Amino acid sequence: MNDDTQPAAVRARGIVKSFGAGDTQVTVLKGIDLDIHLGELLLLVGESGGGKTTLLSAIAGILDIDDGDIDVLGVPLSALPPGKRTRFRGQTMGFIYQQFNLLPALTAAENVAVPLFIQKIGRPEALRRARAMLDRVGLGDRVDFLPRNLSGGQQQRVAIARALVNEPRLLICDEPTTALDGPNGQKIMELLREVGRSPDRCVIVVTHDSRIFHFGDRMANLTDGRITNIERIQQEGTV
Amino acid sequence: MNYVALKMLFGDRAKYLMLLCGLTFAVMLIVQQGAIFWGLMMWSQASISNLNVPIWITDPGIAQVDEVKPLADTAVDRVRSVDGVEWAVPLYKGLLRARLANGEYHQITLTGLESATLIGRPAEVLEGRFEDILQPDAVVIDQWAMERMGGPTVITVGTIFELNDKLARVVAIAKTQKSFTNIPVVYTTYERAVRYVPRERRTLSYVLAKAKDDVPAADVIQRIRTQTGLGAFTEEDFGWKTILWVLKNTGIGINFGTTILLGFIVGMAIAGQTFYLFTVENLRQFGALKAMGASTCTLARMILLQAFTVGLTGYGVGIGLATVFGYLTASGGGLPFVETWQLLLLVLVALLVICTFSALISIIKLARLEPAIVFR
Repeated sequence: MNDDTQPAAVRARGIVKSFGAGDTQVTVLKGIDLDIHLGELLLLVGESGGGKTTLLSAIAGILDIDDGDIDVLGVPLSALPPGKRTRFRGQTMGFIYQQFNLLPALTAAENVAVPLFIQKIGRPEALRRARAMLDRVGLGDRVDFLPRNLSGGQQQRVAIARALVNEPRLLICDEPTTALDGPNGQKIMELLREVGRSPDRCVIVVTHDSRIFHFGDRMANLTDGRITNIERIQQEGTV
Repeated sequence: MNYVALKMLFGDRAKYLMLLCGLTFAVMLIVQQGAIFWGLMMWSQASISNLNVPIWITDPGIAQVDEVKPLADTAVDRVRSVDGVEWAVPLYKGLLRARLANGEYHQITLTGLESATLIGRPAEVLEGRFEDILQPDAVVIDQWAMERMGGPTVITVGTIFELNDKLARVVAIAKTQKSFTNIPVVYTTYERAVRYVPRERRTLSYVLAKAKDDVPAADVIQRIRTQTGLGAFTEEDFGWKTILWVLKNTGIGINFGTTILLGFIVGMAIAGQTFYLFTVENLRQFGALKAMGASTCTLARMILLQAFTVGLTGYGVGIGLATVFGYLTASGGGLPFVETWQLLLLVLVALLVICTFSALISIIKLARLEPAIVFR
């Protein structure tokens, strides 16, 4: 397991984010301070509307913040111009979504290869790496399947393979098990924990699913736009 | 990412086919109406193109070829005397009534060519010999005359009919381009033509001329205008003058223009709306691509590739269908249908505008898209 002595992969200070304007303005993040370390799987939990997804989006650099600073892997993300931020995200981050967001017209292998296509890696090489990654997540025999011909669990594994194929150092997961049944959710989390234990990577998981809490190293509770507490999770899987 | 863009496009077969149908329809409508319009314009100046001579000398106030303003008989010699003119011959052109043996009357356009050279004669003869026009009372009719005056059972080579109570004997049938009014054309010699028509003080309709090979036609035309006070035009300019007169004085331009514009608008509406829907339905996917590091520029290129792929496919199919339509309907000369490279280029430009417009709506949507949508 990892501890706070590990270098911070993500360092967030005083993050403020509001939506709307005037009387209808809602401040979703109210001064968040958070460090996430390499070799760590951090669970981000809290009630709905508490700001988890907003924080996740801010850390990923896909949502502009109103105030504060976010450093990712030593790079001041909030200071980067949009183009550079997009490139940085493509090179260092992987994403796993609740709704998978696979492209329905592409096969499993092609979906997994998309981040490599974005990085301008040639199609044969990208597909070769995509097939290898699918093999790693146990879908070596489904490389040419379209998403509609895969089960929910298999689709999420394709999404994980897609998130991992360009070997990102920061893996961002939004409710990765919500659409899955218990056993499939456990398998997915085992995969993510394996990634999170790698010393030069870290994983952030937003979740409501208490069945997977024991896969995390730490758990941050976000309520009403503030982190109310951060707890270390015991080896046995109890909080 | 081009590969991904094309797979996304072809993957949604229903939307792709709808887009393709919309663009094909627009292209087909524009090409079909444009080709018919241009065919009609060609017909409107058929009296000029059928004679195929380089320079036309006319009354200075001439408006169009079918509105003959007769010249003095001396005009031919005056034109011949202009420096740089290789030859100049008279032409008679006028309306007359023909009376057939069965008692039917038909209005015809009588064209009188100079007998020594027969300059202005049609290039192709379908039946008989054009040179036989030099025989007594001989006339040559065009194939449309034969069709309009009752067909080959009523009028053919050897048929005799009357022009202003004078005998006319058909010695040949010439192939010509149909005219806008489709009035039968009867050719004869200039000298005989002026005998057929009622006596008038002036009978010379036009002077046809050619510049010497080493003198630019434009220079000769200018000299003719200056030295004779007559109007002078190249064949092309006189054709355009006639076309512009038709456009200005009939509703044909507005009529066809409206249909073409309609095709353009319908194409743009269908393509724009379908393409926009296609983008909106894939917003999460595009958002995911953005989150994974695809720049707005990359997404814009993908959208443009999709738009132009379906657009150019629709262009090919639309032109193919319009051409088949033209071949089926115009092969007998019943419908004017002239597909020129300029028309096809114009339609391509219109299509590119439609595709760019459609793509732009989607690109604007994607540019404003926050990739955070994927987490919602």
